[in-house]
Amino acid sequence: MSAILSIRDLRKTYEGGFEALKGASLEIEEGEILALLGPNGAGKTTLISTVCGITTPTSGSVTVGGHDIAQEFRAARRLIGLVPQEINLEPFETVWNSVRFSRGLFGKPRNDALLEDILKKLSLWDKRRSQIKELSGGMKRRVLIAKALSHEPRILFLDEPTAGVDVELRKDMWEVVRELKAAGVTIILTTHYIEEAEAIADRVGVITKGQILLVEDKVALMARMGQKQLEVQLSEPIEAIPQALSSYGLVLAREGRSLIYSYDIRAERTGITALLNDVAGAGLVLADVVTRQSSLEDIFVGLVAGEQA
Amino acid sequence: MNWMAVASIYRSEMGRFFRTLLQSFLSPVLSTSLYFVVFGAAIGSRIDQVEGIAYGAFIVPGLIMLSVMTQSISNASFGIYFPKFIGTVYELLSAPVNFLEIVLGYVGAAATKALFIGLVILGTASLFVDLSIAHPGAMVLFLVLTCLSFSLLGFIIGIWARNFEQLQLVPLLIVTPLVFLGGSFYSISMLPPIWQKITLFNPVVYLISGFRWSFFGTSDVPVVTSLLAIGGFTCLCLAVIWWIFKTGWRIRS
Repeated sequence: MSAILSIRDLRKTYEGGFEALKGASLEIEEGEILALLGPNGAGKTTLISTVCGITTPTSGSVTVGGHDIAQEFRAARRLIGLVPQEINLEPFETVWNSVRFSRGLFGKPRNDALLEDILKKLSLWDKRRSQIKELSGGMKRRVLIAKALSHEPRILFLDEPTAGVDVELRKDMWEVVRELKAAGVTIILTTHYIEEAEAIADRVGVITKGQILLVEDKVALMARMGQKQLEVQLSEPIEAIPQALSSYGLVLAREGRSLIYSYDIRAERTGITALLNDVAGAGLVLADVVTRQSSLEDIFVGLVAGEQA
Repeated sequence: MNWMAVASIYRSEMGRFFRTLLQSFLSPVLSTSLYFVVFGAAIGSRIDQVEGIAYGAFIVPGLIMLSVMTQSISNASFGIYFPKFIGTVYELLSAPVNFLEIVLGYVGAAATKALFIGLVILGTASLFVDLSIAHPGAMVLFLVLTCLSFSLLGFIIGIWARNFEQLQLVPLLIVTPLVFLGGSFYSISMLPPIWQKITLFNPVVYLISGFRWSFFGTSDVPVVTSLLAIGGFTCLCLAVIWWIFKTGWRIRS
């Protein structure tokens, strides 16, 4: 696989002096799904807008499919479909005309069969003659997706696609994303719903304060950063951790009612059996046992907090 | 050239026009009729001929120009301002199109609408007065060039405007006075000598004069000067638009 999108040392300072991007670099492989996570104002939308040609970068370079976005803007932009965060649609246009307009704008010849297929997949076919102002918010978002897909992009940007969207649409949307991935389309999405990134992305990028903190394979990231905790809840509170349990690195919690044991999920021997034996051996009575695994959210919050500290 | 994109923008803009066809058609017919009732019948009956032409007929080219200029500006400025206002401009900016293609689509559609309205007014006027057109070819040329150049100006205004008030400001404060003082309803030879000189700084004078010449064969300024003026104005607008897209002024952050 080769990089279909290459962002090098991208900087953007807005007129007011706000530095939205401070030397962001990113390589995206063809056919992958990359989830870009970051707090509000981290530069996610500026990054996408710059790649798509809506914002002019202050410095740095971007190539899309090997084409520089400034020198060969036509070839670069033809490859890109953008689903913006805001619902920006001409209210008096019909769904059909709006989608057809997008295809034409990207220089693609008329192909009604393809547009029909896209509208059907997004459950918009029945609404094709409706004016956009008559549609619900979720339906409008579907139209934005249909417009982006209408010109058969090789790279699809989804900027917060599921913000304020109902379960049904979210399901449809991920179905479309899976189909696109199967067809070899590269997908870059920003989201606040970390569980979505967790469910759908191949790689996860974390952006904060205009810089890309890390980009890593999702599974590897979760394994590397992920920790599992075992909480041993006691029926009677204790004052201190017994000497016999000192080698486990336990933490006493819940006013002496819980012992927390952290372990590495990849380790061959977790030490749980020995610990539980020793707990019983120390004369402690177990009330309950709970395990927790850190989610991508914990990792993300940890990373961003670490950066801001 | 991405002609497919030009056609898409043009079709989409004309779609807006056809959605409101009745208003688009009725309002110029009605306003022209009112002008004829007021200027042609009520006032015109008390005015002698102007340069050997009945007053009712004399004002026809001016009336057409008045509507064509204001319609060109309002169509084109609204056409590009609206996508900025509702945010759909993102699609234009991220599409594989250059400034010329965007301008051709928007300005082409705005000019087409204005041309249509100009012809409707001409048709309406011919119901009220006897009209003969001395130079039909030149008449069409002047009409088309005026539609194009004022649509270009409207496009610039649409990009410049940050809100609906500003969108109305230039047409209201600059263009309407220039058109009314540009000889729409009178010949500049009717003015005191000092005002005849001053009025020559009004670019609209050249357009109306040239257009009137194509009807009646008489003009306030030489026809070649009129053509040069309108050609120069078109080039100026094009240069400004080229600069806007090169720098991204007020459209690209």
